[in-house]
Amino acid sequence: MEFFLQQLINGLTLGGIYALIALGYTMVYGIIQLINFAHGEFFAAGGYMGVILLSFLAGQGYLQTHPWLCLGGAMLLAMVFCAFLAMAVEKVAYMPLRKSTRLAALVSALGMSIFLSNGLMLTQGVYDKPYPAAFSQGGFEFGNIVVSYLQIMIVLITIGLLIFLNILVFKTRIGKAMRATAQDKVMSALVGINSNKIISLTFAIGASLAAAAGIMVGLYYGSVNYTMGFVPGIKAFAAAVLGGIGNITGAMLGGLIIGMVEIFGAGYISGQYKDVFAFIILIAVLYFRPTGIMGENVDDTRV
Amino acid sequence: MTTAPILELRDVHTSYGNIKALKGISLSVYPGEIVSIIGANGAGKSTTLMSICGIIPLKAGEVRYNGQAIQGKPADLLPPMGLCQVPEGRRIFPRLSVEDNLDMGAFFRRDKDEISKDREHVFALFPVLKDRRNQHGGTLSGGEQQMLAIGRALMSRPKVLLLDEPSLGLAPLIVQKIFEIINEINREDGTTILLVEQNANIALQTAQRGYVLETGAIIMEDEAQNLLNNPEIRKAYLGES
Repeated sequence: MEFFLQQLINGLTLGGIYALIALGYTMVYGIIQLINFAHGEFFAAGGYMGVILLSFLAGQGYLQTHPWLCLGGAMLLAMVFCAFLAMAVEKVAYMPLRKSTRLAALVSALGMSIFLSNGLMLTQGVYDKPYPAAFSQGGFEFGNIVVSYLQIMIVLITIGLLIFLNILVFKTRIGKAMRATAQDKVMSALVGINSNKIISLTFAIGASLAAAAGIMVGLYYGSVNYTMGFVPGIKAFAAAVLGGIGNITGAMLGGLIIGMVEIFGAGYISGQYKDVFAFIILIAVLYFRPTGIMGENVDDTRV
Repeated sequence: MTTAPILELRDVHTSYGNIKALKGISLSVYPGEIVSIIGANGAGKSTTLMSICGIIPLKAGEVRYNGQAIQGKPADLLPPMGLCQVPEGRRIFPRLSVEDNLDMGAFFRRDKDEISKDREHVFALFPVLKDRRNQHGGTLSGGEQQMLAIGRALMSRPKVLLLDEPSLGLAPLIVQKIFEIINEINREDGTTILLVEQNANIALQTAQRGYVLETGAIIMEDEAQNLLNNPEIRKAYLGES
């Protein structure tokens, strides 16, 4: 029972992270029907921005005195940075292909992914970069169950971001315009919506959520690496497909399920196969229910 | 007429690939008028409206609105100028609520109080929309969707309203109701209306002037009443043998 509860908490932490990344895939797909394979790179770039900013703050001595404030600031800056990075990527790699085939844009996305991860390697080096260890100590202990402060923080930030995104997409004027653009681009132009701006914004939002996830993963595992975007990126993609690609609530749910399955699979079946479970789910979903849990039939929360 | 036209097409050409859709359309709409374009399926009626709105690029010619050439302008800049279209098939945002669909009509506006006033005005014109305000647009019936599409367009406070086949697929009673509202919008708000219709009868009864479009060219232009009485038109478009 204790083992189960411990895994549940770990699964929730990891699942929330996958959910944050999966949202970027699903929102971009919802609006331009493109699987943005460069999305994992925004996650990695966010992780690196975090390590760069926090190391700088640690060097100045601020991290030791105001750790949470520093983290908040670094996260915000990394999110803004990745938002601009994503808008630039969209402008360079996808916008010129808006009128061509979907395959062309997809190939462009794969190329962008390779370009960005190599860019990270060239500028940041091939070795792991450690996060300054200001947050890793301490936590609550209930018997043998340990919940670290870091885990609590990750879950809280994730929940906060998910709520923020839901309000943005479903309650605000801009969010409604995003959904309108996803549903009918000609009509949204006829009511005065500039779809290029909306698409750009969608990329920015998705990338900033991925950047936040990147920092939290860096803190959680203690370091970042230039290849770190690849595997979580594909798993989050699996999560988005599981939830029903294009569906926001589905992506959140899918991320949580993939995280849980991975942790429980690793805990109860074999830790060596932990990366396999997400792909088993991906294949199973594509085979048995390609629309995902919330796709097509359950319309309400598609973008 | 002494006043200048508010909307004018001068020798407009468009094509889809190699197929010429419009072969030199010229027409004028004056402020406060209702003008109808009638024609059969595939004559180029919807293409004309989409060309005016900047969705389909012109191959040649000029579209002038309020004395200004607007061809080549991005489509999304036209609604803020007062030029608004209710397109063929209504194109309701299916997964936005009725109220959100209306709000999208006022997307470019920032005057919140005035927007809610206009929303109430639309609800007064179409009470059924108020009952269904929280329902998804896609769940409405055809007639309700047409009302929503017109309501959404009104939310932008158009000076010129382009209507594409508002009668399409609707029961005669609903068609009558829609056209009463179209008349009311023209009369009460002074909105200029350019109407495209296959249902020539009701279109010409509503309009003051009409154009007849055939395979991408205007073949006739006259007062609506004269067109209604024209034996050729009666034969070709009003089902008289």
